[in-house]
This record gives sequence, structure tokens and C-alpha cells, in this order.
Amino acid sequence: MTAPTLPGRTRRGTELTLLVFATTLATVGYAAVGIAKTGTLPSGTLGYGLGLGALYGLAHLAVRRFAPYADPLILPCVALLNGLGIVLVRRLDLAAADSARQAGKLAPRADAPLQLMWTTIGVGLFVAVLVVIRDHTRLSRYAYTAAATGLVLLLLPAVPGVGATINGARLWIRVGPITLQPSELAKILLMVFFASFLVSKRDVLSLASRRVWGLDLPRARDLGPVLLAWAASIAVLVRENDLGSSLLFFGIFVVMLYIATERTSWLLIGLGLFAGSSFVAYRLFGHVRSRVDTWLDPFADPSGQGYQLVQGLFGMGTGGIFGTGLGEGAPNTVPFAKTDFILAAIGEELGLVGVMAVLMLFALIVERGLRTALTCRDSFGKLLAGGLSFALALQVFVIVGGVTGLIPLTGVTLPWLSYGGSSVVSNYVLIALLLRISDAARRPAPAPVSPAAARATLQDAQTTVVRR
Amino acid sequence: MNRPLRKVAVACLVLFGMLLLQANWVQVVKAKDYRNDPRNRRVLLRTYDHERGPIVIGSGKSRQAVAKSVATTDTLKYLRTYPGGAVYAPVTGFVSLVYGLTGIELQQNPVLSGEDDRLFVRRLSDYITGRQIAGGSVVLTLNRAAQQAAYDGLAGKVGAVVALDPRTGAVLAEASSPSYDPTALSSHDPARIRSTYTKLMADPRNPLLNRAVQSTYPPGSTFKVITAAAALAAGLSPTTEIPSPTVLKLPGTTANLNNFGGERCGNGTTDTLADALRISCNTAFGQLGMTLGAAKVGKQAQAFGFGDSSLRLPQPVASSVYPAQLNKPQEAQSAIGQYDVRVTPLQMAMVAAGVANNGVVMRPYLVKELQAPDLSRLDLASPSVYSQAVSSTVAQQLTAMMEGVVSNGTGTRAQIPGVRVAGKTGTAQHAVGQPPHAWFIGFAPAQNPQVAVAVLVENGGSLGSDATGGAVAAPIAQAVMRAVLGR
Repeated sequence: MTAPTLPGRTRRGTELTLLVFATTLATVGYAAVGIAKTGTLPSGTLGYGLGLGALYGLAHLAVRRFAPYADPLILPCVALLNGLGIVLVRRLDLAAADSARQAGKLAPRADAPLQLMWTTIGVGLFVAVLVVIRDHTRLSRYAYTAAATGLVLLLLPAVPGVGATINGARLWIRVGPITLQPSELAKILLMVFFASFLVSKRDVLSLASRRVWGLDLPRARDLGPVLLAWAASIAVLVRENDLGSSLLFFGIFVVMLYIATERTSWLLIGLGLFAGSSFVAYRLFGHVRSRVDTWLDPFADPSGQGYQLVQGLFGMGTGGIFGTGLGEGAPNTVPFAKTDFILAAIGEELGLVGVMAVLMLFALIVERGLRTALTCRDSFGKLLAGGLSFALALQVFVIVGGVTGLIPLTGVTLPWLSYGGSSVVSNYVLIALLLRISDAARRPAPAPVSPAAARATLQDAQTTVVRR
Repeated sequence: MNRPLRKVAVACLVLFGMLLLQANWVQVVKAKDYRNDPRNRRVLLRTYDHERGPIVIGSGKSRQAVAKSVATTDTLKYLRTYPGGAVYAPVTGFVSLVYGLTGIELQQNPVLSGEDDRLFVRRLSDYITGRQIAGGSVVLTLNRAAQQAAYDGLAGKVGAVVALDPRTGAVLAEASSPSYDPTALSSHDPARIRSTYTKLMADPRNPLLNRAVQSTYPPGSTFKVITAAAALAAGLSPTTEIPSPTVLKLPGTTANLNNFGGERCGNGTTDTLADALRISCNTAFGQLGMTLGAAKVGKQAQAFGFGDSSLRLPQPVASSVYPAQLNKPQEAQSAIGQYDVRVTPLQMAMVAAGVANNGVVMRPYLVKELQAPDLSRLDLASPSVYSQAVSSTVAQQLTAMMEGVVSNGTGTRAQIPGVRVAGKTGTAQHAVGQPPHAWFIGFAPAQNPQVAVAVLVENGGSLGSDATGGAVAAPIAQAVMRAVLGR
């Protein structure tokens, strides 16, 4: 399918090899879970392997056809994380079925097939994004549409009748039998808006300033956007009880502002606002205070407030360096092991080795994304790629740091690993955008024309706006 | 924009670096703490994962499991059951999904679970050959007949019995009443475990308490054996006449010390030491305590094990107390086992055993042998001397005096036909308006002791405030000694 005429190295073969490797690893994991639990090779192994292979094969073909120069490492890393995620969800399904049988109850709904379905939808959207958006710069035209849609999605759960409160956080909407977390998609749409908005305003944001105490402070009226973002994230926090998303939005916006303006003062202003609102939130909101107190000493109330964190730490500690092996531990003793606490399950059954491998995979995706931003030739692409990559890094930091006790726990998903439709689907969209920008960034520059020819062309050329 | 992008890239690496460090902290540095934390349910789940070794008594043909695991079909592959039931519960303890481990189950967990280092080579070979990993057995020193007699004797009463082999220190019986059925607490059904446990905790008689070693009581007149030992060691003889007023005025107070029922001892003025012990004369021993002084009596008590907080059987034993800083009236009261003197039933059994074994107290032990799953020996207890509490001469004098208590004193209910029994009764006041605790300590046969026993019945059992140790506790001690001697 590759056109042999493509100049430069596309590295699509590397991607394919790595994808085969990732699929094989995930299939072996699937088999291992079944063997550990029942002693026999699970009958679904072949189907799972083939299904996953077909999905990633499709994704690969789409990249080959529509983004041939895209980074070859990102998709295999995502494939491995997603495959592993389904294996873990399946493993926790089996544990839940076991304990239901123990208690003489009916087995709860198995989530692994659903996660596979969401993965399929995710890959479908991934392909659709690559097919529909041929040039990422055109996205900036729809910046305000994206912003409006993003805000509506973000605030939708707060609307009575549509929104649903699950586990104390009102960040879900109910559509028929399924619940969705629209903030995941809103995050990407708002990033598209931020990137476009900041690129158009970066001159005024970075140049007009007053110098105070050796710092270039922006003019008061230019503070508008950052204050707006801050207010929006506070609104999310207050209306929807969602600490995690609130933190993510604000962090992403401040960092994108910093990348666009190259001015450290924005970071300091952002940190100041964050510190101030954290303090106020700590004083005002009981749930914020209890999160912080639990973080400071999870063992103060090991069977109440600290239960989840303590159980997670017990699991990871029991796993130690090499883990108990898939299917050999008891990760189901941790509440929400399938979603927020999936890392605790990895730590228990795959050990420190598994946790480090997963973190390295995320780090690899993030650094490849940032490399894309560095090599990208247009400002919008640079900023969007930088923002998307940082968003991923921050999300991983927030949830992994929370689960391991590094920072106070806030519930966000671990991309591709956690069970959850909205998370899987929107992260596939994120990665498709990243690959789209990466394709543009790695595409060889047009062959230099000879000076004479250039001069000749220049005389014929119309005046054009040079894009920075 | 490349400069800030590079900085963001570095920042991301720092974030991931922090996560990696934290993961190492949790899974390497703190791993051992988390893995073995008693609140970590995985510790318990692990104990259900393979066959836990049995706790057994007896050997050869009479070998009998009092706790053993049976295979089940549910996800916790083995269920812990207790054929020994309530009789052995204070010793075995239980393995509970919800409340963790207690008793021998806790103290010998490494061997029972198969995780003991001495089982390492075997575990490795099991792992390689794919054989099911199994736990080792713990063989107890308990004598089945004696344990049953002790438990039966306490039926309907609140109290404890400890019987020792005075020659070795082996525990022949360790019973506590009321008891509980550990099987209910070791089931696989958390709801049932919780309701059983809550019910046991709500019981005012506290069935989960092992009274033999975990609680202390005033010893009452059984303490006179120690006071007598101190007197003999100080040079008195059993025939020495000591003052025995009908009413002993306590110096510096308006209080008096009386005899049981206001009786007089000897001629009402003096009595021999032996006779004072035989009839358990409070005034004579009160005066003796003041004459000897707290230092001598306290030192004698310490020689039998009072104040030892490191004693284990193998669970920690509450330490028995002879109070410090006594004034004269308190010396008198302490000499007859009142005031703040506190003892465990085990401690009083050690006193009887020390006298029986020519003054040498052997260190008590409950675990006779540890065995690998193939019954090969991992460890065998070897008897060791705990202390030389009294000289051999004093021990013989005390034995003769204590024989007098049983043959024609307060302890006649402990007599066994054809066997010379030595003993001492006790009736300990402990609270105003409450019936006293009934005590009996003793050993048999007197000339060649094979069993020493201490019996405590809280609040004097069913006979109320008229109880004396002789009436309530002595028959239980007699039954236990008969069971050991086979008479």
C-alpha cells in the first residue's frame, strides 16, 4: 500500500513490527490471566488476539495511507497500553465474578468486552480523524466552535436531568444505559481553542508588559483569558466536585500560555492562582480537606477515608519488584481497581517492573509528542502538539502520583489502561491529532529549488502572508 | 517556541522521574511493611491459598489434630477447622479473614503457613516439582485427658486451669472458661465471622480472653506458700512457733486482720509454721509478712517468676506483681495474697511446680515439636531451668507442709486415693460485695511429682461468698491430676 515513491524514511515498517509485538504481548497476558485463574488456556484467547490485531492493523493501515510520516513509536506504545488495560479489566472481571459466586450472588457485568468495544470505537475515531483532518492547521478555523462545544460538554454534567453523580463527583452524563464523562473530550476541544487563540494573541501577550521586580508582568487586561480559564476550572471544581479535571484544565492552560509567550511570569501567575485557590478550597470544601489529610497520613483512618489508598499501597507493596504474576494477586480488594486504581493492580500483579514499564511507555509517548512539537514548522501545530503531550504527562502524573501517595489523590483515569469509554475514545482522538501533526512535522521539506528558478518563480509570485 | 517546549520536556521528565522514585519507594523500600501489615488482607488470603499445617497433640497412635485445614471448592482453597473446639480454643486461637490470627495460629504462623525459613529447601523443591506447597505441623505438649478434665471442671464457671509437668515445664493443660468455638470465626463468610465476633465481644464474661495467661488476679492464701518459702529460707523451720493472734492489729491503722470465720489458730497465741499453713491462718502469715519484710517476700516471689514481663507461652504472658513500696499493714496483707498482689494462673502453677521439682522452676513451654509436612522434625523443645526458686531442703519442707493441707487441712477435697497430694487453697477477696475468687495450687504424687496444677474460679463459682478454694477449686485440681496420673 505504501507508495514506493514517498521520499525520506517513513519508518512504517518499524511501526508494524512494534504493533505485532505489542499485540502478541497483550494476547500472552490475556492467556496468562486465564491459565492462572482456571488452569487452562482461555477459549477467547485467539479471538482476543485476532481482534486486537485487526484493530491495530486497521489503525496502522490508516496511518500508512493518510499520515505516512507520522511518528512510528507512538501508536505501538498506545496499543501495548490499551491491550494491557483490557487484560487487567478482564482479570478484575474474573475476580469480581469469583467473589460474587462466593457470596452466592449473580456475577456482575463483565467490563472487558465493553472495553474492547470502546477500543473499537476509539480506533474508529482515530481513523476518522486521520481521514477527515488532512491538515491540522485547518483546525484553527474552528477554534471558537471547538471552544463553545468544549464548554458545553464541560458544563453538561452540571445540568439537572442530563448529569449524573457517580461516587460523589458530578462529571458524568447519562445517555440511555451508558454513562459518559464529557470532560475528557472537552479537554481536547479546549486545547484546540487555546492553541489557536494563543497563537493569534501571542504577540500582545508576550510583548506588552510592565517590568516589576525583574519580572515581565503582563498588562492587567491581558490577564483576561487566564482568569477565565481559572474561573472555568473553579466552576468545574465547585459544580461537579471534580478536583482532577479542574487541576488538569488549569495546568494545561497555563503551560500552553507559557509555551506560546515564552514568558516565565505566566507560570508564576498560574502557580500563584493555583496555590491561592488550593488553599481556599482546602479551607472551604470538606472533600478537598479529607483528600489532603488522607494523603498526609493514609494510615490515620485505614478502614475509612484512607481505605482505598491504603489498600492500593498494600497491593503494590505485596507485588514488590516482580509482582505476584497476572491472576495471582488480590487486586480486587482495592475499590475502583478497574478505573482510577488500575495502577495498583499493575503494581501488585506485574510488580515494580510492570509499573516502570508502563510509566516508560507513557514517558515515551510524551517525549515523542514533544519532539513533534519541536520539529513542527507551524506555531499552531507546535502549540497543540506541546499541549496534547503535556496534558498526557500531567494526567499520568496526577493519577499515578495520587495512587502511589506522592500527591493528594484526585480521580482521573490512567489513559488507555483504565476502564472507561470516554477516556479510551478521547485519548485515541488525542493520539490521532498528535500523529497528524507529527506527519506534517516529519514530512521532508519540499526539495530546494535552484536560485535561478526561485528568482523566476518569485517574479511570478503573488504576495503571500508568511506564516510564522 | 522551542525554548519553552524544551523546558516543558525537561519538566515532564522530572514528573516521570518523581513517579518512578515514588514507585520504588512503595514497592521496594516500604514493600515489606505493606506486605506484612496485619491490616493487609492479602496476608490472610495467602494463608488460605495452600494447606495450612495442623496443630496436634499426642504422638504416634494417639496423635490428634486440634486444628486442621480441609480442602474446599470455593476460591479460598482451604477451610480452617477446629476439632479441638472450645476446649483448645484459648491455646489454638483462630485464623479469621476479618480479625486476623491469634494464639498458636499467630505465634507459629511461619511454620503452619509453610513460610518458615527452616522449610525453605522443601518449599523450593515443591516449587520446582510443582507439588502443592504445604505447611508444617505444630505438636503441643498438652495432655488430652488433663485438658478435657480441666475444661469440664470449669464448665459453667468463669476461670482457668494450668497444669505443668514440674520436671520439664511442659504445659499439660491450659484451659480458660467460658471459651468459644474458633471454627465459626475461621469460616469463609465475613458476615458470619463478624456477627460471631461481635456477639463474643459483647459477652460480659469475655470468652475471647485466655484467663490462664492474659489476666491477673489476687492470689489469696495460695500466696502463703511463697511467704512460707521466704520464712523457711530465712531460717525458720516448719515446727517453729510463730505468733498467731485471733485478731492481728495492723500498726498505724485502726484496721484488723481476721481469720476466716473469725477462728483462732493454734492455741490462740502461737502456732507452728506448718500448722498455720495447713489451716491457712491469716493472722500468723500477716504477722510473718511484717516480720520478714517486703524485701524478703518480694525477692522470693520474684524467684518464682513475679515481675517477669518477658515470659511467653508462646503468646506473651501477663506479668505477675508483688507491689513495691509497702508499709507495714500492706506487708501483712500482701503476705496473705491480698492488697495489690496480682498473679496469673500460670504463675501459681509455676510456684507449685517449683516446690514439686526440688525448688527448681522449669521454663514453661507449650510447643513440643515442629514438624515439616512429611512429619520430619524441624525443632524439638528442650526443657530448660527457669530459676532455682528455693533450696532443695526448703522445697522438701514445703512439700511436707502442703501435704498436710490436703491430708487434713483446708484442701482435703483434692485427695486422690492411694496418691500423696500436696496443695494449698486460696480464697481471694477482690471487690466489696463480690464473692471471692477460689484458688487451688498443688502437685502429685508428693514424693515423685508428675503434675503441678493451679486452678482459679472467679467469684467462687456457684457457691457464692461462702466459697473457699478448698470447696470449689480443689475438686477441679484433683480431677486434672487424676487425669494426668491415670488414676
